[in-house]
Amino acid sequence: MTSSLSLLRRLDLQRSVIYVGFLAIFLFFAATLYDDGFLTSRNLTNIVLQTAPATIMAIGLVFALSAGEIDLSFGSVVAVSALSAAVVMQSFPMVVGILAGLGAGALIGAMNGILVAYLRLPSFLVTLATMGLFAGIARSMTDLRSIPVLNDTFTGIFGSGKLFSIPSLVLWTIFAVAIGHIVYRSTRFGAHVLATGDNARAAQVSGIKVPRIRLGVLTLCGTMAGLAGLLYAGRLQAAKYTLGESDLMTVIAAVIVGGTALNGGKGSIIGALLGSLLMGMLNNGLILMGLDVSDQMIVRGLIILIAVAVSLRDTSR
Amino acid sequence: MAGSISSVSSPDPVLALANIHKAFGGIVAIEDFSLDLHAGEIVALVGDNGAGKSTLVKIVSGVHRPTSGEIRLDGDPVSFSDASSARSLGIEVVYQDLALADQQPVYMNMFLGRELIKPPFGLLDRKRMHRECQQLVDELDVRIPSAGSVIRDLSGGQRQGIAIARATHWASKLVLLDEPTAALGVAETAKVEEQVASLKEKNLAILIISHSLDQVFRLADRICVLRRGQQIGVRETAKTDKNEIVSMITGVSGKS
Ligand SMILES: Nc1ncnc2c1ncn2[C@@H]1O[C@H](COP(=O)(O)OP(=O)(O)OP(=O)(O)O)[C@@H](O)[C@H]1O
Ligand SMILES: [Mg+2]
Repeated sequence: MTSSLSLLRRLDLQRSVIYVGFLAIFLFFAATLYDDGFLTSRNLTNIVLQTAPATIMAIGLVFALSAGEIDLSFGSVVAVSALSAAVVMQSFPMVVGILAGLGAGALIGAMNGILVAYLRLPSFLVTLATMGLFAGIARSMTDLRSIPVLNDTFTGIFGSGKLFSIPSLVLWTIFAVAIGHIVYRSTRFGAHVLATGDNARAAQVSGIKVPRIRLGVLTLCGTMAGLAGLLYAGRLQAAKYTLGESDLMTVIAAVIVGGTALNGGKGSIIGALLGSLLMGMLNNGLILMGLDVSDQMIVRGLIILIAVAVSLRDTSR
Repeated sequence: MAGSISSVSSPDPVLALANIHKAFGGIVAIEDFSLDLHAGEIVALVGDNGAGKSTLVKIVSGVHRPTSGEIRLDGDPVSFSDASSARSLGIEVVYQDLALADQQPVYMNMFLGRELIKPPFGLLDRKRMHRECQQLVDELDVRIPSAGSVIRDLSGGQRQGIAIARATHWASKLVLLDEPTAALGVAETAKVEEQVASLKEKNLAILIISHSLDQVFRLADRICVLRRGQQIGVRETAKTDKNEIVSMITGVSGKS
């Protein structure tokens, strides 16, 4: 009895919610939407391709939440980064465009980070403001026009390309999740992020440079959003101010459902990946069911509500 | 040199505080505090709420800087820029409000800020931290389910045991304890007192804050009294009694 209890502990009920939920919804769609082609490898691959940017952003958000901060601005960062890359590539080599895209993300993230870490403004308010600020900047950058991305190498690396017949977006997902998981679980930085979010004072008196950790996670968030922007630009072969606009809810839901605590100190990168795939699966399944857009939004909102409620109930025990 | 001769008979104190003054804005928290603390000695710091005891601990541990005054460690003047510089000189603190990360396992708390890593990639060596932590808590007889337990699942006594074990493990000179038994029951308090006494055997210098005079008289070699930031006096435990200490704390004469 005790051994099975401690086994349950070790499996961590809270994290297993995402595995069970993921499996349940997968099986539900597999059964009900079999004839609509849900289970075809083409459709399943599609889900992974479509969720790649959200998964990348979710990884950044796991770090931010684990450190006790939040980033609401990443959706706007996606657009600014994609547009920066696209505009720069019109007159400069691809590498410069990539650096511009990632650099824009990193800079905005660092700006959030400095305001939060050194001026001690709440990250919720800072990133709420920068979300609006950069949504506006994205709109004014190109007068609402969409900028085509014609560089084949770029669209190959960040979009439709393949390596050993594996789509590049799948590779980006695997790569980012693997690196993210190792950094989160097995480096001092990861441990200090968790300690900071868990008990900032304890972290500080233990010699952890708490402000640096806060700056670090928010910069990471911005950079990941920048990478997500490149992936959108690569897949759609164009950049537009609307990119990333609707990702805020999806990404936050993915991360929370994946077992990351809203108030810091606890999280999971693998959970965030599953959460993100779960959101993608929902999108895909609801479309295959033939629901119209407004019904999709309603059902998705309800399911996210239930999922978040279940995973948070579990956290507070 | 005279110093080297006298150092044989009375070595430099581990910690020497001279004329420490601390003000927060306009509020004076410590007026003018001086104290020598020797290896293998337990000094108790007593005083009413707000007397400035925790502030003093935070000055010695590098959390606050004194407004003026001098801190010497083994005779050398030191100035701490933050908590980690004091730690690196062998000073450990058990804080009044536990400085543990609740959702992390015991072993990560034991190594907080000093995590062990392994080659070739410099990744965390969780196995070794777990093992060494388990050994340590076993040695100190801190009864917890395992070094892998999450702090949140432990009792107050177990948590305090871990905080003290951590200080014991890392301190090489000085341990500061700020009301280590304030929230504990009778049995847990006895256990913590045992642990504190064992620190003395390890030849560390110990400064303990407590509101329990019984405890202070059980543990301390000397007692130092603070009242509203003023240092009232230092007494040898053997040469004083509770009445005298109480009247020093309150400022009211003990004779009725
Ligand atoms: N960071 C700070 N900023 C301003 N004032 C402070 C600060 N820390 C302490 N003080 C003030 O300094 C005085 C001494 O506080 P301190 O915490 O050292 O008391 P204490 O003796 O530890 O009391 P207790 O027994 O209640 O723990 C108090 O008046 C307190 O309000
Ligand atoms: Mg105090």
